[in-house]
Amino acid sequence: MLALEKVHTHYGPIEALKGVSLNVEKGEIVTLIGANGAGKSTLLMTVCGDPRASSGTITWKNEDITQTETAKIMRSGLAVVPEGRRVFSAMTVEENLAMGGFFNNTNYDERMEHVLELFPRLKERFSQRAGTMSGGEQQMLAIGRALMSNPELLILDEPSLGLAPIIINQIFEIIEMLRGEGTTIFLVEQNANQALRLADRGYVLEHGKIVLEDTGQNLLVNEDVRKAYLGG
Amino acid sequence: MSDSIYYFIQQIANGLTIGSTYALIAIGYTMVYGIIGMINFAHGEVYMIGTYISFIVLAGLTMLGFDNVFIMVGLAMMVSIMIASAYGFTIEKVAYKPLRSSKRLIALISAIGMSIFLQNYIRLAQGSRDIAMPSLIQGGFLLGDPDGSHILISYMQVIIIVTTIICMAGLTLFISRSRMGRACRASAQDIGMTNLLGINSNNVIATTFIIGASLAAVAGTLLGMYYGVVNPYVGFIAGLKAFTAAVLGGIGSIPGAMLGGLLLGVSESLTAGYFTAEYKDVVAFSLLILILLFMPQGILGKPEVEKI
Ligand SMILES: Nc1ncnc2c1ncn2[C@@H]1O[C@H](COP(=O)(O)OP(=O)(O)OP(=O)(O)O)[C@@H](O)[C@H]1O
Ligand SMILES: [Mg+2]
Repeated sequence: MLALEKVHTHYGPIEALKGVSLNVEKGEIVTLIGANGAGKSTLLMTVCGDPRASSGTITWKNEDITQTETAKIMRSGLAVVPEGRRVFSAMTVEENLAMGGFFNNTNYDERMEHVLELFPRLKERFSQRAGTMSGGEQQMLAIGRALMSNPELLILDEPSLGLAPIIINQIFEIIEMLRGEGTTIFLVEQNANQALRLADRGYVLEHGKIVLEDTGQNLLVNEDVRKAYLGG
Repeated sequence: MSDSIYYFIQQIANGLTIGSTYALIAIGYTMVYGIIGMINFAHGEVYMIGTYISFIVLAGLTMLGFDNVFIMVGLAMMVSIMIASAYGFTIEKVAYKPLRSSKRLIALISAIGMSIFLQNYIRLAQGSRDIAMPSLIQGGFLLGDPDGSHILISYMQVIIIVTTIICMAGLTLFISRSRMGRACRASAQDIGMTNLLGINSNNVIATTFIIGASLAAVAGTLLGMYYGVVNPYVGFIAGLKAFTAAVLGGIGSIPGAMLGGLLLGVSESLTAGYFTAEYKDVVAFSLLILILLFMPQGILGKPEVEKI
């Protein structure tokens, strides 16, 4: 469904992705693991066209989107929960969710209801300003906002960062639930252990290059992966 | 009531009148800054063009024999809004959009260039002398003794204040309730994120330019009728005043622009009333320098966030 072919991405003179090829198939949970600065966020954002790939091709649902403008890509069934959440802090929970469903008005009410079912906390905080909510609540809001567009592929960049274990478990449960509903998931996680257990497949990214690709199970028991990312 | 109180109230009323129009123009500066982080220095020129358009329409309607002033002013304002919006929209597309990813200073130079270009273009098209217009709306409310101390609020002043209130209420509703208004607020905080939600930021930016230009056109029609003259240079001074108002209130903040406009108008009119009218403009610019030095975030603004 999503395929990257020899994708390079630059920030000025810095080459953050050095020829990445990978694919995500419909209904899968695919995870990307790698050290800080390996280029995980860059990879996810390059799929969204922000930053744009400097060479290579990105194909989404059989269409080349390498040069497509970001807003248009994001209207074609993709949604992202970016690093750092990026909720609109001066706006209420309701307004943030409404922003997520901005361009897709069909079944708006149903989707709103669905998101509030997934995150009852957001319902309680419906008219609270996002900026005054706790980190975990903001993370739920960022996920809820992404779900408001009813995406086929949900891209998540470290959804558990900085959260208490109990909230992390909740977030993983929700990811699993979304998979059950048929949403495809492309996930970057610091918490590689938990991510690999959940994932169908995983890729290991090192210095902007994919160095390993396997099923989640195999990566979990892989000696090198254990040493480098799972704490031995 | 004593003389001096009548006099004071009169100055306040005059100040609120002028201040309202500053506030209308200031919205254009503050909204554009809020979203793309640049000062649209050509905004004063859009106001000036709006004033010319309404003068031309009013003159045309008078020649055609119209005599209902409300219809005339309404039509003039509408045509002025439409043409000024077209200018605002085009200025953004031609002078700013191609530079969006370049350094701030480059866009700023482009804005100043656009301002000079528009001023000279109108100077060539309309001549550089004042064009006067007979006042269409005369008379007013008189409070107190007509032969002694009194306050005179002209109908034109009332129209200016009421129209401003209507525009500001409309704008507030638009920003707080409408879909596009919400997108504007979201973009002011994180335009990249609105893009990632599938919202075309070009449309949001174009909308802010159109709103700013429309309100400048309303101000142009009103202030043009109030003063009764226009020349190609009115945009420079009005633009600077409105910019001061926007900075005073806190650039990027819409309520701030409203407040800043009124405060500046009242300060100017008190200066003119109690010292000398010559110092009126000095007030605005001294105020601008003082705020920039000591309170750059303005009254209602947030602490400066570096915009890219
Ligand atoms: N906007 C930017 N400008 C310049 N360099 C950048 C920018 N964003 C990222 N980089 C660089 O690109 C490289 C990859 O960064 P990226 O954020 O993709 O890493 P990451 O794998 O997501 O790391 P983390 O686990 O810390 O989130 C890093 O060396 C980083 O310094
Ligand atoms: Mg990252």
